[in-house]
Amino acid sequence: MSLDDLYRQDILDHSQNPRNFGTLEHPEISAEDSNPLCGDKIRMDLRVKDGTIEDVKFTGVGCSISRAAASMLTEEIKGKTLEEVKRIGRDDVLELLGIELGPVRLKCALLALKTLKVGIYGLQSWKDEEEE
Amino acid sequence: MRGGAAVAPERRLDVAAIRKDFPILAREIYGKRLAYLDNTATTQKPIQVLRAIEEFYRTSNANVHRGVYLMAEESTEKYEAARGIVARFLNARSPKEIVFTRGTTESINLVSNSWGRKNVGPGDVIVATEMEHHSNMVPWQLLAEEKGATLRYIPVDGSGRLDLSNLDAILDGPVKLLAVAHMANAIGTINPVDELIRRAHAAGAVVLVDGAQSVPHLGTDVRALDCDFLAFSGHKMLAPTGIGALYAKRDLLEAMPPFFGGGEMIREVKLSGSTWNEIPFKFEAGTMNIGDAIALGVAIEYLEGLGMDAVRRHDAELTVQALEGLGAIPGVTIYGPPAPERGGIVSFTVEGIHAHDVAAVLDREGIAVRAGHHCTMPLHAKFGIAASTRASFYVYNLPEEIDRLVAGVRKAKQVFNS
Repeated sequence: MSLDDLYRQDILDHSQNPRNFGTLEHPEISAEDSNPLCGDKIRMDLRVKDGTIEDVKFTGVGCSISRAAASMLTEEIKGKTLEEVKRIGRDDVLELLGIELGPVRLKCALLALKTLKVGIYGLQSWKDEEEE
Repeated sequence: MRGGAAVAPERRLDVAAIRKDFPILAREIYGKRLAYLDNTATTQKPIQVLRAIEEFYRTSNANVHRGVYLMAEESTEKYEAARGIVARFLNARSPKEIVFTRGTTESINLVSNSWGRKNVGPGDVIVATEMEHHSNMVPWQLLAEEKGATLRYIPVDGSGRLDLSNLDAILDGPVKLLAVAHMANAIGTINPVDELIRRAHAAGAVVLVDGAQSVPHLGTDVRALDCDFLAFSGHKMLAPTGIGALYAKRDLLEAMPPFFGGGEMIREVKLSGSTWNEIPFKFEAGTMNIGDAIALGVAIEYLEGLGMDAVRRHDAELTVQALEGLGAIPGVTIYGPPAPERGGIVSFTVEGIHAHDVAAVLDREGIAVRAGHHCTMPLHAKFGIAASTRASFYVYNLPEEIDRLVAGVRKAKQVFNS
């Protein structure tokens, strides 16, 4: 995969102009997680009403892949039910990103999803699919 | 020397010849020649080391110190010869002061578990520095927590040097041990270990030096340093992964209880209890990594053949070139002190671009660097950054590769419009 593929225009766009960036006041669900290997951190705030995500914001530091994944994921889940979000998996995030990644960068790409699941399941550390 | 010249000519590395010994350097990455600049993490292995491993398993493989047959004698001889080579390289008084381990981390954990649990008690103080690798920080945190001891840190200043202005206060009280890296893995700072060891000894503490970077890059004379413990890894100095050593002063080793229990480390085992083998075997329970210990000996001989002065000079020249080249790029921040006070490590950030992204662009140029916190989260927190990109050099690196690194960082800025 070439550099142009890895940093497709919309990945650069999402990482440099992240959607839904920020925090919510009094969110029903708020979760933070980090990637201990590289120090990336993400916080996700969700406004949930009747089991549906009405609003979502994220903040944090990370590389372009992790920021783009977080940004795309927030767009994806807005309006979805928590049950629907629980079914979002690794491949869905990769499909959003539209790229293939090796095991190291995969952790970057999945940090936002991991944080989201930590929040929804209320687990301290949600294991991703590979580790389950 | 003929002619009686007063000054010996400086030995220089013949890098072109050296590169022929490293088959992996011929690899192409995304169609470009590999520029391997992640030598702080691990180094590549010369053909001499690879052949030594193969030859051992082809011809002499047998367990050591046990059998009386010829091959067992051969493997024992080679294994103990490797211990002798390590002792010579470090200028230890005796091979008995060298314990083979899996590497720096195991060596430090051996000291914290064996010496530490015996000698550190409630209210005692252990001193480390803010720039330590997690492997020279976490074992002391575990020990302090278990024993009710206190852990103090020598702070790092903004230039990446240790701030020794309050050292007297830090070393005041029941200080049992100082743990310090000779050369910092994250930013390359060469610490004034001579002074630290002298002052720690004056305060009644023993000193453990993390030599993971200094033994491969600077060479180390444990008698001149007068350190009590020195830990290092083979894989950072041309040897395989999974082998390293602990140097410890003989009287300390004699007094320390075993770390692992098992075969080889005993003198006599009865159902009611056991007595211990002599040093260093007391600390080498179970079947050791014989083949890789022998390979470590070959790697050290390779470095001795190059000359550690020449290795250090070569590192320094590449470092100056990298500091100048990267430093001239707008938006690049380099961490750590200037060249004479640092080894061949340059860690930097590029404004507006995450370290992972810099490293990913460099990867596509065939350049291997590390991105992350390099197992020094407290140090990165001190600098107010989550991650940095680190380029680090060794005997086979070329000035052209530094040029490629600099060009690659400029390209990253283009990709990200930064």
